[in-house]
Amino acid sequence: MSVLVYIEIAKGKVKKASLEATNYAAQIATQMGTSAIAIAFNADAAQTEEIGKAGAKKVLVVKGDQYKNNDAVYLSAAIEQAAKAEGAKVIITSFDVTGKSLAPRLSAKLKAGLVAGAVDYPIVNGNVLEVKKNVFSGKATAIYTINSDVKIISLMPNSFPVKLTDNKAEVADFAVDLNRITSKVVIKETKSTDTAGMIPLPEAELVVSAGRGLKGPENWGIIEDLAKAIGATTACSRPVADMHWRPHHEHVGQTGIAIRPNLYIAIGISGAIQHLAGVNGSKTIVVINTDKEAPFFKSADYGIIGDAFEIVPKLTEAIKKLKASN
Amino acid sequence: MKILVAISNVPDTTTKIAFSDNDTKFSTQGVQFIINPYDEWYALVRALELKEAGKATAVTLFHVGLLDSEATIRKGLALGADDAVRVNAESPDSFFVAEQIAKYAKENAYDLILVGKETINYNGSSVGGMIGGLLDFPFVSLATKLDVNGNTATIEHDIDGGIQVVECATPLVISCSKGMAEQRIPNMRGIMAARTKPITVVEATTDAPLTNIKSFALTAGRTTCKYIDANNVEELVSLLHNEAKVI
Repeated sequence: MSVLVYIEIAKGKVKKASLEATNYAAQIATQMGTSAIAIAFNADAAQTEEIGKAGAKKVLVVKGDQYKNNDAVYLSAAIEQAAKAEGAKVIITSFDVTGKSLAPRLSAKLKAGLVAGAVDYPIVNGNVLEVKKNVFSGKATAIYTINSDVKIISLMPNSFPVKLTDNKAEVADFAVDLNRITSKVVIKETKSTDTAGMIPLPEAELVVSAGRGLKGPENWGIIEDLAKAIGATTACSRPVADMHWRPHHEHVGQTGIAIRPNLYIAIGISGAIQHLAGVNGSKTIVVINTDKEAPFFKSADYGIIGDAFEIVPKLTEAIKKLKASN
Repeated sequence: MKILVAISNVPDTTTKIAFSDNDTKFSTQGVQFIINPYDEWYALVRALELKEAGKATAVTLFHVGLLDSEATIRKGLALGADDAVRVNAESPDSFFVAEQIAKYAKENAYDLILVGKETINYNGSSVGGMIGGLLDFPFVSLATKLDVNGNTATIEHDIDGGIQVVECATPLVISCSKGMAEQRIPNMRGIMAARTKPITVVEATTDAPLTNIKSFALTAGRTTCKYIDANNVEELVSLLHNEAKVI
């Protein structure tokens, strides 16, 4: 019996979300009296070392070109085989782009109950796991019971800070039989949307967001300056994306993406329910708006009532001073 | 080319969420139900566009739910879908829904199975991938553009930090996201026609669910907002650094 965790490596580094998933898997393993085994694809020594520090007892390294595009058809086949070989009863992935394809496919192949987007450690109740996740776009949570023999949990990124120790994992090559497995998806083109130096929005811990209060796309310079000063990623509200002032991948909200950064600064955004649904998982929310009645203030930790065009540049200067003095 | 569009019946986006029966059930009292926006605005509208362009012959709606979902299904038919299938069951989880869709799609040879990227009530993002696993069909997630030529689908979809363009032969499953199509309002003619379009009711599979919801809880709101004077932004920076410890 073991807990198996899927590790993703991107741009030569183990994804932070995968380290979080490893911490999570290790904790569950301890609760169940077993250990966490990680499965990593084309990982090198530095990467397996880090996975060990995050709490894996063993790292299975699978080699192959087929895995380079994170195609769930291949990843799933490998993980199914590893789970069988290691007697894994619980499989952990991240609730990120790959995880959202991989965990469901594994669930179907293994008839394993899945809780997708867990936000807390499970309660182990004999042979049943109880796992909490967000529902109703973050307005509520639900506790799911997983009743099946094999269980899968995909962990919402940024739910827990990563903890690294000096634990050393055993590393073993794992051979996967991909004989009868071929993916029919052919990649024609890949374009990056990463804007110079900004962490992708779904993983960003610091986010500066703006809306219609900015009055026009030509005014976004102050937002980008603030984001740069903080080391944050920029985001926006739906109307601003719909009007093409900002690219659609910046849109956060119920019909955009949901994020859980440590800091979310909302500038010139009124705070409609649909927008809140995308950001209410943020640890700290700052609202800057000229309208003191803006509903967003009811969901904010800190607020400034005033003109963004005056406040934001001052805020950028104050942040720069803070960074300089530290 | 036959397209199956899976639709969910969800509370509208402005709903104030409440629970009943000792927090074990979602309270439907006073709630307006709609088709899950991702299913309607993106999956369904794109399917209809492909039909209008002569690239698809039929668009069928698929829904798992009880009789009270019928009004929502009629809305989808009013937009232009040809017919609908309703599995008469209350779904306990994503896997149950995926099983019903997979069974029907396989028995009726659908070429494209479209789902919204997630539902706004359970946010699982799982049904599409599960159908792919059950039928051993390719699954492309977070698609923002879809075109079809003969038996080949060309799809643009979101990946980590980027956009990827892929091609895949049908049959396949696609989850649909913003960018794929624009929301449509049904016209009077559509609404009238919807009244007589067929909704076939089928029974559900009987396997025990893999997961169940044990209880719900409302998310605690933030307590109070600390206001900082507009002339004193340094105070905010200090609070973020020393109190909130986020910068």
